[in-house]
Order: sequence, then structure tokens, then C-alpha cells
Amino acid sequence: MKDAPPIIEFVEIHKDYVTEAVVVRALRGVNLTIQRGEFVAIIGQSGSGKSTMMNIIGCLDRPTRGKYILDGIDVGSRSNDARAIVRNHLIGFVFQGFNLLPRTTALENVELPLVYRGVSAAERRKRALASLNAVGLGARLHHTPNQLSGGQQQRVAIARALVTQPPLLLADEPTGNLDTRTSYEVLDLLQRLNREQGITIVLVTHERDIADCAGRVIEMRDGSVRRDIINERPTDAARALAELPVQDEHGAAS
Amino acid sequence: MNGLFRVFSAIAIAMRAVLRNKLRAALTILGITIGIAAVVTMTALGDGARAKINGQITNMGSNALIVFPQSARASGARTTGGSKLSESDCQALERESTSIKAAVPFLRASAQVVYEGQNAKAEVIGSRIAYLQVRNWKLQTGEPWTVSAENVSEKIAVIGAGTAKDLFGAADPVGRWIRIGRHPYRVLGVLEEKGPSPFGRSQDDVVIMPITTMRSHVRFTRPGETDAIMMSATSPETTDRAKKQAEEILRQRHHIREGDEDDFLIRTQAEFQQMQDSIYGVLSLLLVGIAAVSLVVGGIGVMNIMLVSVTERTREIGIRMAIGAREMDILVQFLVESLVLATLGGIVGTTLGYGAIVGLGAALDLPMKLAPQALGVALGTSTAIGLVFGFFPARRAARMDPVQALGRE
Repeated sequence: MKDAPPIIEFVEIHKDYVTEAVVVRALRGVNLTIQRGEFVAIIGQSGSGKSTMMNIIGCLDRPTRGKYILDGIDVGSRSNDARAIVRNHLIGFVFQGFNLLPRTTALENVELPLVYRGVSAAERRKRALASLNAVGLGARLHHTPNQLSGGQQQRVAIARALVTQPPLLLADEPTGNLDTRTSYEVLDLLQRLNREQGITIVLVTHERDIADCAGRVIEMRDGSVRRDIINERPTDAARALAELPVQDEHGAAS
Repeated sequence: MNGLFRVFSAIAIAMRAVLRNKLRAALTILGITIGIAAVVTMTALGDGARAKINGQITNMGSNALIVFPQSARASGARTTGGSKLSESDCQALERESTSIKAAVPFLRASAQVVYEGQNAKAEVIGSRIAYLQVRNWKLQTGEPWTVSAENVSEKIAVIGAGTAKDLFGAADPVGRWIRIGRHPYRVLGVLEEKGPSPFGRSQDDVVIMPITTMRSHVRFTRPGETDAIMMSATSPETTDRAKKQAEEILRQRHHIREGDEDDFLIRTQAEFQQMQDSIYGVLSLLLVGIAAVSLVVGGIGVMNIMLVSVTERTREIGIRMAIGAREMDILVQFLVESLVLATLGGIVGTTLGYGAIVGLGAALDLPMKLAPQALGVALGTSTAIGLVFGFFPARRAARMDPVQALGRE
């Protein structure tokens, strides 16, 4: 693992937003290396630059200055179409708001990334089914998002992110809209994916409890990395789940 | 291969998007539907009217020619009185031309016709008995007058089917006396029904009498004077030659020098038809223009809804981009969606238009039908509208910034 090239490499990444004469310096020279197979949490207050960092890692946005190398590819300088292909092949996204297509079944949602990869309909169906089974939603294939609970929607989103078998999963506040129990269920799923399939996971959160589930915690403040520490004993989400009081869905936060 | 596959996927996605919002889809295509229905119906209406009028012109006699007097323009050397056509012109035409079968004079007046208290307005025509052959017109009852009756200005007439019905109802008019002004005329026969003329007037409200009789009692003109000359060529093929010969004969008889303008005008059946065609051509163009405007309005309707749809689905666009859709994928998706909508509008519009054609054709008694080329134009146009008016919204969607589209700022 040490010999393989890092999956993410930031060299002096800057990002400025220009808004009516005011320049907001969202990122101020970030240097960062993430190896394959890591589970990294990026934590910080709102305005700390963690979302901007996520957008750049996810190839949704370009850095103003600096070099971003993803899986050996210098993606900062690539065209829009090239970055779309990189997103499709290398990255799976999980968002806070789930971001599933409305009025579209779970199965169709999960198939979507494969549509843009040009996979045949039969093959698409097969892989989407496998992916939904892997997240434990094999029984709700034809439900639309508004027929699913928040936790179930997030599982569909994870299945969608995994269907292309990407080396990197980006999760932006994946538990932000979920209660504690469901949050730990989702975290358990992410930990297992990381452990069993070796998928690199980068998770953005502002909650310390959630970040503690990761093996490495990067703390952002004012557009810079303030702390970057290895978490020797990450919280085991499965155990945390078992310790939660049962039958108390609403007050489970304590 | 991959590209083709993506296009099919895009069509599937578009169909799903359209079906997801049926009411909006229906409202979106309304403009195009009406436009296409208008194009289809108006084209058929124009064609039907033209076909009907052509039928009427043919029943005037396909080898007929008419000579009108034409007062000299510009030239001061000629007097207006000298340009009148005369009965002796008719005789000369019959005698000297090899291609003219008959040439008859023609006087016309409008008059009130009376029979036992019944009144009818009719056109009175004075001519010779050969007029009926030239016009290709037969009697349904009774018989024509003789040449000797013409010579003595006998008070006799044949009447049109319309006049017969107005004055006599179901009774047989043959042998009865009708009155025009102070003079009674004996009805010799009733003409077959001819229907309205190409110019819209009924040809059946008519009283035809010898020109000599007309000149003595109804319209007093100089002896031999005629409003026009109606001729028939020996066959439809010799019409052009008949026209040429008539021109030569009349120029000679009217002492028109080389280079000077004719004081008459000869129109053949074919020329009348051409005139009609050009009138209806302009009319059709006008109708198609109106229809085109409604199509543009329909197209703007599509564009409007597509723009709303793009704005409304900003997040969807963001999601699709995040998971790997390229600009072209998004462009094609929305373009295909507007194409599907517009084509749907075209199909529904054509169906409605077809219904209107069947209904109007029956109601107006016109030979209307759905022309294949109109069908092609309608569907082609709606597809083109979908492409043209869908492009701008689709491009707007494709050029969105994924970060902003996802609402991640």
C-alpha cells in the first residue's frame, strides 16, 4: 500500500471566489495526500473550506491555483468532458440531500451512472441489482424516493455511487439529514465498504462523533488544514449501533 | 456505436420525462398541435376549393374562348367607339378560321322576370342559338329556338334551372309566358343546372333569348353591336391555334396596324384556369403564412416550457453531471425531450386536422383530402420546431456549472 501512488494529491491548492469586488479565499494553499484504502474525515465549521475542498476533490470545481492529481491524472487542467468521464469512472458521490432523481425508481437511479458509461440495459440491470442487494435494499427496487425513508434513500445513493465500482467514494455530510440510529447504520455500511472492498472514503462532516468513525481526521479552518491526525481507534459504527437504546427513535440523539 | 446507444438512451429518458408530467406536456404541445392542425386543414381547404373551381371551369366548355373589347390605352389616335366588337366579326371568325367551330355574339343585362305575380332577378343574355353549344349547355326540357326565329326577333326564351324554379316551382314552364319589362316572352325550354360560376355567381338564374329580340326590347344597342364574342374551337387541342387565327382576323377587320395594340382581348379556358390557379396560389400562401405564424407561436411555447423545465430540474442536471453526464449528454437529453414534445404535437395536430378535413369537406361539399406532402411538411415542420426552439434551453442546461446546479456553494 505504501508503494502504490496516492489516490489524491493536493499541491498548493488555492481557490478564490470573486463576488462583486470581494475576493473570498476559500482555500489558501492546501497540501494533502490521501492513500488508497484510507477512510478520511474532513471536519470543520461552515466556511472553513471543507465543501470547496470536496468540490475540487470531486472534480466538480477547478482550483484557482495549484495542482490536483487524482489517481495519477492531473485533473485540474482537464476539459469539462474529460472531468465528467473522470467523475464517472473514479468517483462515487453520496450527498447530504441524497440527490436521487425524483419520480424515478431506486433501480433506475442506481442504473444511471452506467447509462453515461454506455453499458447495455441488461448489464446495467444486473449490476444495479447487485449494488442494491449489497446495501440491503434488494426488496425495494421499484420504489421511488418519496416512497423510501431517509436512511433507505441514502442507501440507494450509496448503491448508485458503488455501481461503477469506483476506487473513491466521496460522502458530503451523508448523515446530515438522518437520525442517530440511521446515521450509524450508514456509517457501518461505509466502514464495511472500506474494510472489505478497500474503497477509499472521504467523508465531510461538521460533527465530531461522525468524524471519529474515520481512521484519519483532517480539520479545516479558514481555508487551511489546521490538524491532520491519525485516529488510532476509530469508533466502530456497528458497536455504537448496538449500544443505542432500542425503540427510541426520536430521542436517540443522547 | 456508443454514440447511437447514447441517443437511444436519451430518447428513453426524454419519453420518461414527458410521461411523468402529462398535463404539462399536453399544454406545451397545444400551440404546435393547433398550428399543425391549421396547416393541414388550410392546405386541404385551398386544394379542395381549387379542385372544385377547376371542375366548374371545365364545365364551361374546355375548348371555349372569349373575346372582350379593350379600349385603347395611351394611344390618342383611336376612338373608343371604334373598338366595339360586332356580329359581323362573329361571322368573319366562323368563316375565315379553320379552327373555330362557332362564334356567337353576347349581350348582357340584369332584369326582373315576372310570371303571374312571381318575381325573380335574372341575368338576361342575348345571343344566337349556337351559344348553348359553345357553352356546352343542354336543355333538360323543351327545345331551342330556330334560326328563322332569330331573324324575326320573336319573343321567345330559354331559361335557367334557377329561374325556372323561382318562377314556376315544380310546374313545367315550357309554353308559358314570362314578362320582362312590358314585354311577354314564351318559354321554349329549361336549361340543365350548371351551379355557380368560377366567380361565385349562380349561372342558373338566367334568361337566354335571341340577340335580335334582346336588342329590340330589353337592351337597345346599335345594330350588330355585342359585349363580347364567345367562341368554341374545333377541339381542345386547336384552342391555341383558334386564338391566333382570331387575333389575325380581328386585327385585320379592325384595321390595327403592325405594332399597335389590339382593341380586344382573347381569353382561352386554359388562361382562365391559370388565373384561378394564381389567385388560389396567393390565397394558399396567405393561409400557410397564417398557419406558419401559429407554428412559431407554438414553438415559442415549447421553448418557454423547456426553459422552465430546465430551471426546475437544475438539481437533476447537477446530479447527472456529478455521476458522469457530459455536456453533450445533457444537451441531447433536453433536445430530444423538446423533439419528442414537438413531434407529439405534430401527430396530434395532424389527427385533429384530418378530423377537420373530413368534417369541413362534408359541410362545405368540397373535395378535401389529406395530401401526403402536407402530412410530410406538417411532421417535418414540427420536428424542426422542436430542434430549433429546443436548442437554446438545452444548451443552457448543458452549460450549467455542476457545483451551482447541485446547490453546493
